Formats: sequence, C-alpha cells, structure tokens
Amino acid sequence: MSSLPERRPVLPADAPAICASFDNDRRRMLDILHDIQDQDRWISPESMEAVAAATGLSRIQVEGVASFYSFFSLKPKGRVTIRLCDDIIDVYAGLDKVAAALESTLGIGFGETSPDGGFSLEYTPCIGMCDQAPAAMINDVIVTRLTPDKARQIALALQDGVLPEEIAVSGHAPANAHERATRMVDSNIRHAGAVLLGPVPADAGLGNALAMTPAQIITTVEESGLRGCGGAGFVTGRKWRFAASGQAERRFVICNADEGEPGTFKDRVLLTERPHLLIEGMTIAARAVGAREGIIYLRGEYAYLRPVLEEALAERRAKGLLGKDIAGNRSLTFDIRVQLGAGAYVCGEEGALISSCEGLPGEPKTRPPFPVTRGYLGYPTVVNNVETFCHVARILDKGAKWFFDMGVEGSHGTKLFSVSGDCLNPGVYELPYGHSVQELLEIVGGEDAAAVQVGGPSGTMIGRDKFDRKLTFDDLATGGAIIIFNGSRNILEIVEHYMSFFVHESCGYCTPCRVGNVFLQKAIGKFRKGLANPADIDYVRNLSATIIETSRCGLGTTAPNPVLTTLKNFPLIYAAMTKPAKDGIRDTFDIQAAIDGARKIAKRRSYIFDKDFSK
Amino acid sequence: MSVLDDGGTRRDTSFTFTIDGMEVRAQPGQTIMEAADAAGIYIPRLCDHEGLRHQGSCRVCTVKVGGRSVSACTQPASPGQGVEAETPHLTRLRRDLVEMLMHEGNHFCPMCEASGNCELQAMAYRLEMVEPTKFPYLEPNRDLDASHPDIALDTNRCISCGRCIRASQDVDGKGLFGYVGRGIRRRVAVNGPDLARTEAAITDHAVSSEVCPVGCIIRKRVGFRVPIGEREFDKGLIGHDIEEKRNG
Repeated sequence: MSSLPERRPVLPADAPAICASFDNDRRRMLDILHDIQDQDRWISPESMEAVAAATGLSRIQVEGVASFYSFFSLKPKGRVTIRLCDDIIDVYAGLDKVAAALESTLGIGFGETSPDGGFSLEYTPCIGMCDQAPAAMINDVIVTRLTPDKARQIALALQDGVLPEEIAVSGHAPANAHERATRMVDSNIRHAGAVLLGPVPADAGLGNALAMTPAQIITTVEESGLRGCGGAGFVTGRKWRFAASGQAERRFVICNADEGEPGTFKDRVLLTERPHLLIEGMTIAARAVGAREGIIYLRGEYAYLRPVLEEALAERRAKGLLGKDIAGNRSLTFDIRVQLGAGAYVCGEEGALISSCEGLPGEPKTRPPFPVTRGYLGYPTVVNNVETFCHVARILDKGAKWFFDMGVEGSHGTKLFSVSGDCLNPGVYELPYGHSVQELLEIVGGEDAAAVQVGGPSGTMIGRDKFDRKLTFDDLATGGAIIIFNGSRNILEIVEHYMSFFVHESCGYCTPCRVGNVFLQKAIGKFRKGLANPADIDYVRNLSATIIETSRCGLGTTAPNPVLTTLKNFPLIYAAMTKPAKDGIRDTFDIQAAIDGARKIAKRRSYIFDKDFSK
Repeated sequence: MSVLDDGGTRRDTSFTFTIDGMEVRAQPGQTIMEAADAAGIYIPRLCDHEGLRHQGSCRVCTVKVGGRSVSACTQPASPGQGVEAETPHLTRLRRDLVEMLMHEGNHFCPMCEASGNCELQAMAYRLEMVEPTKFPYLEPNRDLDASHPDIALDTNRCISCGRCIRASQDVDGKGLFGYVGRGIRRRVAVNGPDLARTEAAITDHAVSSEVCPVGCIIRKRVGFRVPIGEREFDKGLIGHDIEEKRNG
C-alpha cells in the first residue's frame, strides 16, 4: 500500500475489526462496507477477502454487494468525493457552469480522481434537493444553491484543508443534530396542512394506541382510508392486517426512507422536522402487528440526516418510549436501527429494500411470497413510507373519521407535494388530495408551466390541456413529486434524461428492464438527433409495452413512462422530429457510425463525414 | 401427494387448474411451470433448469394469470386459476426478450461451438425469430478467460441466466461464480482472479454442458466432436422432450 497518497491514513481499514464490530454478521454487509469505504475511500480486493473470511461468504459474494451500490467503489477514490447532482432540474439551474468551475479549480474531470488522492468528482442522480438546485454531496454532507463562484470557493477551501462539514455548516457550532441539518439544507415548508406540518402534539397518537388492542389499531387505520404515500398507494390497514395474521416467531416494521424518485424530497423534510412523529408511527405499527424490531432504511444521500434520527431514537429510549416495556407497557417492546443505503434507486422497491437490509445487492425479491408473509429474514414485515407512518401517528391521535373526511373519495387525508422546477416557490406543500394540477400551479407560482411531470420520471408528464386533472390515486397518482417545466424546456431532452436515469438504476436482474431500457434510451437519442422515421414511433411503443409486461418489479413496469406519457400527451413533438427515409428504407442502421472504427484503424477518410481526421 | 387428515385417513391434496383451456393437475407448492412440465406442456424458459433453484430473471416464461403477467417458473399454481401460456401476444413478448438477449451479447451462431446445442438459438427458432431483428447491438468486449486447463469462459456470450451460479453454489457447493455490477453492467464473474485460480474442475455440474445454455462455458478439447447437423436441437425443437410426454 506504499502508493497511497500521504494525506490518507497510512494503514488500510482493519476489516476484521470492522466486521467484528457488527458481530461478523453478513446481514450487516452495508454497514461493514460503509465503514471500510469511509476509511479507505474504496473497497480493496484485500478488504473484500477479509470481509468474506470474517462473514463466511465468498469473495465474489462480497464483490457482488460492493459493486452493486454507487457509493461503494472498487477503485481508490479521493479523500473528498464531490457528487454533483445531475438531475434535469439541476441542469436547468446551471449545472454545467458549476461543474466547469469544480473541474477547473480541482484540475480533474468528472469520473476522475486527482493524482494526489485528494479529490474525486462524480455525477449522481437526484439527491433530493430539487427545491434548492444545483446541489452536491461532499462526502456525507450537502451543499445547495450552487453557483460557479460558490463552487469555486468551496473547492478552494477544501484544497486548503477545511473539512467538508465546516463548509456545509459554517459559523458557530450547531446546538443539536436538527440545527446542523437545517443549516445545510432548508426545509422549505411552503404550506403546512392539518396533519403533518402544522402543530403536532407529542406522542398523543401513541398514548391512544397503548390503550387500544392491536386489532382496534388496525381497524382505525383501515377506517381512515390511509393509503401508502410512497407512490404505489396500497391500503395501509390491509397491509398491517396481512402482516399481523398467522403465526410467526418474529415480525418486523421497516420504514422506507429511500425516496429516490427524482424530484421527490418531502420525506427529507419529515425526517428533518418530524423524526419523533415518524418513530411514534412505527411504534404504533409495531404494537398493531406485534413486531419487536424495526429498521429505518435511510437513503445514502440522506446520510447527513442520520444524526437527527439517532438523536431522536436516543431521546425516546431515554424517555422509555422505545426499547423494553414502552411507557411501562409490558406487552410492548420495540426498538429501531437505522440502515444506511448506498446509492441505489431500486432499493425504494419494497423487496429490494429488504434485500439491502439483509446485506445483499438491492434486488427485488420474487413475489409471492409477499413481505407481509415472508419479508426481512423470512419473517412477516410491514414496509411503509416515512409519510405513511407519520400519518398513522396523527390518525391515532385525532381519529379515523377526522382523516377520512379530508380529501376526496378514494384518496383521503392530506399529501405532501415536493414542488420543483419552473415556479416561484419550490418546496414542500401539504394539501388535501383532490386539487387539480392547475390549482396547485397557482398556489406555487407556476402559472407559466407548459408541462408538469407528476410523480417523477416513473409518473406521468402532462401538458396544458390536461392541467384540470386531479391529484388523486384514481386520476394522477403521485408519491409527491411535481416537477414544473416552462415553454422553453425541451421535452425530448427531459425524456432522454429520465431514460438514462432508469438505465443507470435498473438492478439488471431481469432481461426487459436491464436490456430493453437501454434500447429505449438509444431510440429517444435517435429522435433527438432527428434520425427517427415514423416507424420508430411504433417501435418505441412496442418496446415499451414489452418492458412493462415482462419486467419483474415496479422499476421496469414504470421505466418506459417518460416515453409513453409524452407520446400520448405531446404527440406533435415526436411527429416534428421524425421524417420518412428518402429511399424508403428504415435507417435503423447508421452505416457511418458502424464503419467509423474500421475507418480510423485503416486511416481511410471520408471527405464527407470526417471534418478533421487527425484524431 | 396425500396427507393424513385429522381422522387419520389419507386425503389427496392435489388440485386442478387450466393452461390454455387444458386441465392440469398440480400438487400444493408446485409452480405453474412444474405442473405444466409434468402434464407435457412446454412453457419456454432460459434461466430455469431442472434441479436448480427458480430465479425468474430471463422472463421468457412469462404467462398471463387473470390478465396479469407472471413468470411461470416462480408463480405457484393455485386451484382453479386459468393460465394463458401460448398466445400470439405472448410469443411476441418472448421473441422480444430473446432478441434482447441476442443483442445484449455477441451471438455469432455460425462460428459458435454451441450452435445446435444452444438453447438461446433453439429458442429463437422455436419462437420463429426468422426476420432481421430491430434492436441495436450492444457489442460487449470482455476478455476471454482461457486460463483453466479444461474450461474456457467467453462471457461475451453470457445471457446472465445464472444457472452456473446456482449449480456451483447449490449442487457443487463451491460458489465458483457470482453476479457483480448493476444494470446493463451486471455480469457473471468468477470467484478469483481468473478461472484457473478457483476450485473449478471439469467434473463440476456447473461447467457441464447441460448447465450453460449458450456457448459461454466451453469445455476444452471436445469442441465439434458431435458434428453440426447431429446436435440436440437439430433433432427437434427445444421443449420437444417435454411435449413428447403428452403425445406419448
């Protein structure tokens, strides 16, 4: 290891000791690899061998995990890794100039590590900061509202040895984890509704739940009409009823805090501002289904929020609201650990999230069996979104009817919307279900919108003629992302960007999602270059249909949505970009591209296609 | 299958469901595909292989149950369900999937040792993939691993079915292979710097000619011993062995 740059620790991470600190438990593989990555800035072959030996796995199994997650690296990374978010919102907020400023100041390009081992520059998909883009992660901390100037100053300060933490949280020492987080990232609460973001009495819901039987709790949640807030919208009470039924030695409650859908950041705000409400909701769920163990799966991008959660958990343990005999109640023992993710959108899928908690690559599980019957470690498991658990705590406080009466038929209560893009007031809005897109645009100052992406890339893109559609489960379902684009934005650029996202994030387990999405991305590239002909419209439709009908999980079944919903709602854009081939032959085959490599090798130039053949 | 009921008498627990309108008998716990195989109905598949854990990744066995797509190799059969297994629409979906695999790797049948024994090629014939294909070629360029004295690996022909992974893990108890990477970069890799520096042996089930469906795992010095024209799928369509159970 003599080639290690001098500013890094001379000794590599003590992998056996790290494994031992997690009881050599292979299910804690993500935690083990995080510790090694943090210390060494990569997972070396020697580390993988050592982890394999300590956990009883083979080296290839450890590599399977380490190579799956974006935040683990099999090549040495810099002491400071800057991950600039390259979501389309960041692109429209001036990403290119910020990127150029970082490159010129640090003297390295994206995807590179400086020769002295000081810095790595990378792009990363949405980090949940679209309301304050462009944003970046510097190791585990966040910097937002970047300008080229600000980026340059940050890079210079880092070069001077200022710690990322000191840059992100400047000034006096923060009083607590919450203050530390909010000085890094604004919560941007634009509208507080009745349920979550308004005043919330501490543990009123848990107090009521303790006086109820588990069956009564489940009935209350069912009667409230609450449906999952992560995007899929499954009826929460029914999920709990399944998980509570039947015999089981152990049961688990898992919170999905892996909001990776580009344009979604409402859970960030709840984790920051309502950590106690979330844990209260999880504790109620534990009582309802009979779970003693819980996990909060926190996306790797939100590592900066881990101290907020740990502080809340510690406080509740100290108060007797978590741990053995909660609030003196002999029948309720429940505790929670935080599982940090490592950069994989697919882990927002229930089964993939469970795989990840088990220390495996984040691949969805075969269904059936469903997690409510065989989930984490094979035991019945309830997985709910952050917002869902928070709603539960409020429903137990105020009653099922109170919640049911808000919203509209089939979509009850309030919903947090993460609003970003071309509007005056990006941020989080808590509104009852049932508003039209037009009404929401008026609330957020987005009246100039030409297109709105509802529910993120996996949702629906609509144009002005559809702004009267309603934000409900039955019309425009959404996990909360509302991304607004004005008339100057290029729809096909957005579509191509989103398809690249899905290609990057597909786990690769099943054929249609792994391969089909690559073809779809390439096809959209053809449209953008003006090389498509009318038959290509049928081609992308049919390809999309195959991907949707044969994919194994929700990622694959929604990945073609950017293409399909824009084909439906913006057909003229596609029509304008296609032209029939002059010779009547479909030009799927680009002969110039195909012979390019051979031409270079043979050093034979084309006077038509090679402007400069010196390269 | 039969179980003893409370009264101590044997009771038959098998049940029936239909595949394309034909009544099929199944045992509790059987998948749709297992029941179909037993009844002599062939549902196309690539990643599933007799004696190995079901994986459900190639999706070629996609069937419709109540209008929903499920993989027949992992979906439990249930009493009274109606399964659509062979319709023009499903054949088109399967052909698309086989074409995707053909285009993801480098599959030059005329110069491949596996030609005639290759399940991917045979599946393409069965699904009548007889027109020029429409997808772009991804043309991987991975190194050939010929380090082992008896076995060579050309992962440019790998279709990520993972049969070798499961065979080595579960049958041989060696864990020679594993998946690494994610998405389109996900691939099968060996548990060592190269195959020679693993526990691989020519007697492993994982490297036997029946486990790798394509020409990725190659046994040295036996190539072309059986001439083209006399190979397995030169004699009949893939799946004929299962379908013969019904006819015979």
